[in-house]
Amino acid sequence: MNKSVLEERKASISDKSEHGRGICCERESVSGAVSQRACVYCGARVVLNPITDAYHIVHGPIGCASYTWDIRGSLTSGASTYRNSFSTDLRETDIVFGGEKKLSAAIDELMEKTEPAPKLIFVYATCIAGVIGDDIEAVCRAAAKKYGIRVIPVKAPGFSGTKPQGYKLACDAVMALISPGINQSKRFGVNILGDYNLAGETWIIRSYLEEIGIPVISTITGDASYEKLMRAPTAVLNLVQCAGSSTYLAERMYAEMDIPYIKVSFFGIEDTTASLFRVADALGKPEISAKAREFAKRRSSEVVPVIAKYKPYLEGKRAAIFVGGGFKAISLIRQFNELGMKTMVAGTQTGKKDEYEIISALADDEAVILDDANPAELERFMLEKQADILVGGVKERPLAYKLGIAFCDHNHERKHPLAGFEGIENFVREVHTTINSPVWKYVKGGPA
Amino acid sequence: MLDLTPKEVKERSALRINPCKTCQPVGAMYAALGVKRCMPHSHGSQGCCSYHRTVLSRHFKEPAIASSSSFTEGASVFGGRSNINTSVKNIFDIYNPDIIAIHSTCLSETIGDDLGSYIMDMDIPEGKAVVHTNTPSYVGSHINGYFNMMMGFMNYLTQSTGASNGKAAVFPGWVNPGDIREMKRIARLMNVPATFFPDQSGVLDAPMTGKYEYYPEGGTTIEEIRGLGDSKGLIALGEIIGVEPAELLKKKWKVPSTLLPMPVGVSYTDAYVSALQKLSKAEVPAELEAERGQLVDLMLDSHQYTYQVKVAIFGDPDVVIGLTSLALEIGMIPKYVITGTPKEEFTRKIEALFAKYGVTGCIAKANSDLFELHQWIKNEPVDLMIGSTYGKQIARAEDIPFVRAGFPVLDRYGGTLLPIVGYNGGIRLVEKITSALMDRFDRDCADEDFEIVM
Repeated sequence: MNKSVLEERKASISDKSEHGRGICCERESVSGAVSQRACVYCGARVVLNPITDAYHIVHGPIGCASYTWDIRGSLTSGASTYRNSFSTDLRETDIVFGGEKKLSAAIDELMEKTEPAPKLIFVYATCIAGVIGDDIEAVCRAAAKKYGIRVIPVKAPGFSGTKPQGYKLACDAVMALISPGINQSKRFGVNILGDYNLAGETWIIRSYLEEIGIPVISTITGDASYEKLMRAPTAVLNLVQCAGSSTYLAERMYAEMDIPYIKVSFFGIEDTTASLFRVADALGKPEISAKAREFAKRRSSEVVPVIAKYKPYLEGKRAAIFVGGGFKAISLIRQFNELGMKTMVAGTQTGKKDEYEIISALADDEAVILDDANPAELERFMLEKQADILVGGVKERPLAYKLGIAFCDHNHERKHPLAGFEGIENFVREVHTTINSPVWKYVKGGPA
Repeated sequence: MLDLTPKEVKERSALRINPCKTCQPVGAMYAALGVKRCMPHSHGSQGCCSYHRTVLSRHFKEPAIASSSSFTEGASVFGGRSNINTSVKNIFDIYNPDIIAIHSTCLSETIGDDLGSYIMDMDIPEGKAVVHTNTPSYVGSHINGYFNMMMGFMNYLTQSTGASNGKAAVFPGWVNPGDIREMKRIARLMNVPATFFPDQSGVLDAPMTGKYEYYPEGGTTIEEIRGLGDSKGLIALGEIIGVEPAELLKKKWKVPSTLLPMPVGVSYTDAYVSALQKLSKAEVPAELEAERGQLVDLMLDSHQYTYQVKVAIFGDPDVVIGLTSLALEIGMIPKYVITGTPKEEFTRKIEALFAKYGVTGCIAKANSDLFELHQWIKNEPVDLMIGSTYGKQIARAEDIPFVRAGFPVLDRYGGTLLPIVGYNGGIRLVEKITSALMDRFDRDCADEDFEIVM
């Protein structure tokens, strides 16, 4: 490896030709690296943000509230409260004298000014709230008591770990919220965990389940509302779509509410179909299993011609993937395989060891696998492996474009649903659009 | 959209809703990206750096490179000294910039990291430089971060040989690369050799080459920053963002300075041109006279569509002051003019403009937010909004035509390549404003009023 890779980073990069070494992952970033990673607060906020009627108050200086204002493209069928930004906007005097008073005053102002009165508030403590000694738990408790509403503290200082630590805090907050409803009696139905209704994806998954006869009780947190969340403990099964953010919640709900879970992925024909079967079979009702098979068969057959239509334009193209979780990377590699494309570079921000093993098995024999990659590494390996397209998030888009490489956003900036059968069509069309657009012809000094 | 905004306005002192500002470090990062071969470095948690890069990438549609100290629990207890030492070493080893520009964050400020003394004790490679500034997120706004970073560079680098280098210095303020290109073009036309500092043109509007460069061609060089102390005169554009850096250059290196508003519209561009003229003693060239004439011609042609139109203008102080002046020049009524940045000087400047043009019943407010603006609009509507992307929610909720200008604009392409400053920028703005108003008229008018010729 050449100089564009830091010595400390070598263990986090694996070349498939060097078999059996195993990748080093799940560790903190190196100081001074241009990492693509975010922080604990970011992890907590992205998981909880889609709760549509919640008031998300950021207790800290303004930046963290400003950068997470209406960020995710999570759609709502009800309230749009979550699309506002609330913050205590801490100032120097608050840093010196403490911010607790300002936080309670902020909650008071919210309660006085808002109609209908808020039922659910999340208070996020960012980096310095703890450092200056604010006891936000006490403030939240007092406010909850004063107004008879739910006020859930999320202590998420950015430095206290990596983004997945924030996912865990968000899951704990959800548990704190729904635990009082633990004794409700069970009914036949499932919760969807770890889908954030980006471009309406939760709605798609929900519609599939309902069509094959499985009621969806609660969605956590895509298009969630306080009332619907409180019914989550009544479900008989949890489906975990984004394993990285929600497996921990599923584990806790299993331990404390006796709700088993299965991991699902609704990206690509293979994973969507397999997930529907697994959900249906897990519920143990033969008529549902039969319906699932009929449904999947019908919908897959509708998608096949779409794939066939675009495959000639895409076959043999080389893909690079850099996404958040390992599970999504796996689904993407499978989709590229279905299109006859090769995955040459596969990286995640927070992948787990077992996920990297699957990635390694599915990707091209000459693929490079990266944990917590930085732009230097992404650039080097995309060029070395002659990638035609990068799938990534907001910070990777301009990098890909600068290199003259096509790009698909599989993160917060996706423009249309990429989940389910609809998503397959959208994904294939988007990959085709970006790879085969005439604009690339002008990259190197004029039309080819 | 925004259903919960009540009409009744109640004073808030603790709760900020829908901010019209962000925190200092992103300003420092943007300023540092305007220095050639510079790596901006965020001394704090990883999230800060990631957020700032994201918002800059979303605005400029370009890569925005910066590194982070990646604070851990340990660093927040024992201090970030070892993080910054490791960072600086790693950055020079792998990214090889000429200079690292460190800014602090709320966290490193609160735990009391003394970046100045850490840097003093560092082994900095031959020919390289490390500078820093303090950007506590709980003071001011991103605007403070921008000028603090400028002062950080100057405090470390700027010198005076006692002899003038014959060049002017221009501080462009927080504008887009397209604006800086226009300011530079005007300076060239006026025959004034000038150092623009900082200068993000050629960095955040770098052309497509098929290669990804960490450090594109643009940016003020270290040598140019050193030479600022020998400038024969300074023009600082932006009366809010420019005041402290201009004072520093004046006090420390005795460079005579002129503080001007951002050159938006006719009179503010005139002020920039005459400041340049004072330095060059040259005539205003015909080319520039012609551009001015074209702008005025356009204002006359379209005046019946803008006269007495009520507009809400929001965003960063200097761009808002400029836009307000232009709005008044074309006969509009700037009904509500706000910034989130807590600078009372802003309010005074805007009120002075109200007085100069004799408009009454208008509100100017610093340290405000978009929730408050929305409430005012609910009580007395406006015909047009001008500001950052974050106004689009209000524009949709209240069905108001909307012109994007300022920072950030996250939902449109190409805007950062083109100017709003200078006479050409004025032409662009007047076109945008009249098009927005006339598109709305066309959308809403009865069939019999729908005209081919307008």
